[in-house]
Amino acid sequence: MEQLLQQIASGLASGAIYACVALALVMIFTATDHLNFAQGEMAMFSTYLCWQFMQSGLGFWTALAATVALSFLIGVLIERFILRPLAGASVLSSVVVFIGLLAIFHSLAGGIWSHTIKQFPSPFPSTTLGAGIIGGHQIGMVAVTLVMLGLLFSFFRFTSLGLAMRAAAQNPVSARLVGVRVDWMLALGWGLAAAIGAVAGAMVAPVVYLEPNMMTSVLLYGFAGALVGGISSPGGAVFGGFLVGVIENLVAYFGNLTEKLFGVYVIGNGEKLTVALIIVITILTLKPAGLFGRVITKRV
Amino acid sequence: MATSEPLTASAAAAATLALLEGQRPATAPEQVPAAVSLPTVTVTAAPTSDQRKRTPLWIWGAALAAAAIVLLGGKGGLISNFTYLQLSLVLVYAIAVLGLNLLTGFNGQISLGHGAFFAVGAYTAAILIDRYDVSYLLALPAAALVCFVAGFLFGLPALRLEGHYLALATFALATTVPQMLKYRHIEGLTGGVQGINLIKPDAPFGVALSSDQWMYLVVLAMAVLMFWLARNLLDSRPGRALMAVRDQPLAASTMGIDIARTKAITFGISALYVGVAGALHAIIFEFVSPDSFRFDLSVALLVGAVVGGIASLPGALIGGLFVQVIDKYADALTKMLTESVHLPLELEPWTIYGVLLIALMYVMPGGVAGGLAGLARRWKMRAP
Repeated sequence: MEQLLQQIASGLASGAIYACVALALVMIFTATDHLNFAQGEMAMFSTYLCWQFMQSGLGFWTALAATVALSFLIGVLIERFILRPLAGASVLSSVVVFIGLLAIFHSLAGGIWSHTIKQFPSPFPSTTLGAGIIGGHQIGMVAVTLVMLGLLFSFFRFTSLGLAMRAAAQNPVSARLVGVRVDWMLALGWGLAAAIGAVAGAMVAPVVYLEPNMMTSVLLYGFAGALVGGISSPGGAVFGGFLVGVIENLVAYFGNLTEKLFGVYVIGNGEKLTVALIIVITILTLKPAGLFGRVITKRV
Repeated sequence: MATSEPLTASAAAAATLALLEGQRPATAPEQVPAAVSLPTVTVTAAPTSDQRKRTPLWIWGAALAAAAIVLLGGKGGLISNFTYLQLSLVLVYAIAVLGLNLLTGFNGQISLGHGAFFAVGAYTAAILIDRYDVSYLLALPAAALVCFVAGFLFGLPALRLEGHYLALATFALATTVPQMLKYRHIEGLTGGVQGINLIKPDAPFGVALSSDQWMYLVVLAMAVLMFWLARNLLDSRPGRALMAVRDQPLAASTMGIDIARTKAITFGISALYVGVAGALHAIIFEFVSPDSFRFDLSVALLVGAVVGGIASLPGALIGGLFVQVIDKYADALTKMLTESVHLPLELEPWTIYGVLLIALMYVMPGGVAGGLAGLARRWKMRAP
């Protein structure tokens, strides 16, 4: 029982990261209708930047703040200079460009900082709570995610810039007519997504260690989370992220349990990505709108 | 059915697609696919029926010449065994890129996960040859069949997906494959993390050729066969249906083309091509392991397809050449670049991939083949 609770707790903690990535994916999807396959590698690159800042003597939070600002800038620049000229191009072109970005960020990180695994410090105390059920860093991850969500929610709900961004995503033409600079809103969306990714990277790095492949499986889980919640719904994506985190850990837990009880190995830690694949395909085929997403009807 | 006349020229692959014809109403006239594809096919310039012609002689000549390299040199050879291996790999990747072209270029379904089918083909061949002592010549069609079924089955749920979502599903597939290959219950077959070691077959009947030379001939023959089948498939009526589904799905279905079946079967055929390439790769490379089939491979195939020209048959050959050359020489090339411009960091092959992918989308969306065709057109239309 205690083990089960422990698994759920650590599922929530990794779910927090998936929720962040899912949220970043949703930001870009609602603004531009694109799935950003480079999101994971961008976050990974940002995490390296954060590490670099810390190496030069900054404290964790200062370094993170600097990273978030820099990532925001990178996101805006990518939208303005790489994606803008391809607005209205075919889906294939945009997918290919995203894969290109993925390859560039991946290889740049490897080229600049080498492929050796690096330690990444955690800003949270290493105490455990509730008789070892949940660790300090795990609580910190969840807390940071929730704070960031709160900030984003307030931004979109209570500021005029947030309102303008929502308007631009929902109805670009009308938004433009009332004076919203729609193209800059898209760039802002990209910047925000990159910033969120940077936070997710810095939070997950102490757990998975810093290396160029660190975000590959996280990205897949982020996609799964976004799809479960509904790729067009930010709140849903966060919920989906947490849910997927818990499912991932429970599957491994019950896999171990069946092996112990019946002596049959069915599924375990080695099949975690496969679980994500199954979630992705099931949701895409059975309920593409997810739990909370808008159902898109196509007029023909 | 009186619909078989376009099929006379084409063989097995086209015959498979003839299944598509099943539900076509008997009233659907012959000009259907042409009518559908007329307004929109600009990139590929699908041949109309009067343009349909035999393969130019020089192509057959080139293939024969490629084969003759071996005969000229004999066992000592004009070129080393290592070079034969490189040439074989070019052709293998060309077959794989061709498979991806059929799906993504001609049928409009984006796949980021064709490395998965490459892996299935490679493992099928490796397991049959190593564990069951099957001849490699039988392992090839077996791998093709397995991959066709796998692709068809994956294509069924994928039917409901379009554009980005299909890309996402196949992306997930590609990232998962290495892990699936390590699954504990199939370890007895796949050899787990260790993979499977194979031994390259010798030339039969005591022919005086090294095994690299012999396998080069086999791969060349397979490549010629696969390209010939693809050309005939695309020229046939099911092939036109396949392109019509890409260009005007709605109009195509109004004309009686079963979109779902076309897409699923195209997925299967595409996987078949990639699977054959995978099987050949396993045989000439003499080794398969889960980590040879990571996401990188799918990216490499996509890059090959885009560089060569996504909806072009000769483009697939260019793409295959590109994949192999980059794979082989990118390290040296990037090192040279890094040193010559004194970059403070080490460039990696993937940087070249990435920059090329993005740059090509801007300047040459039709790939190298498309770009060359465009130049040729302008040359012909130049002022006298």
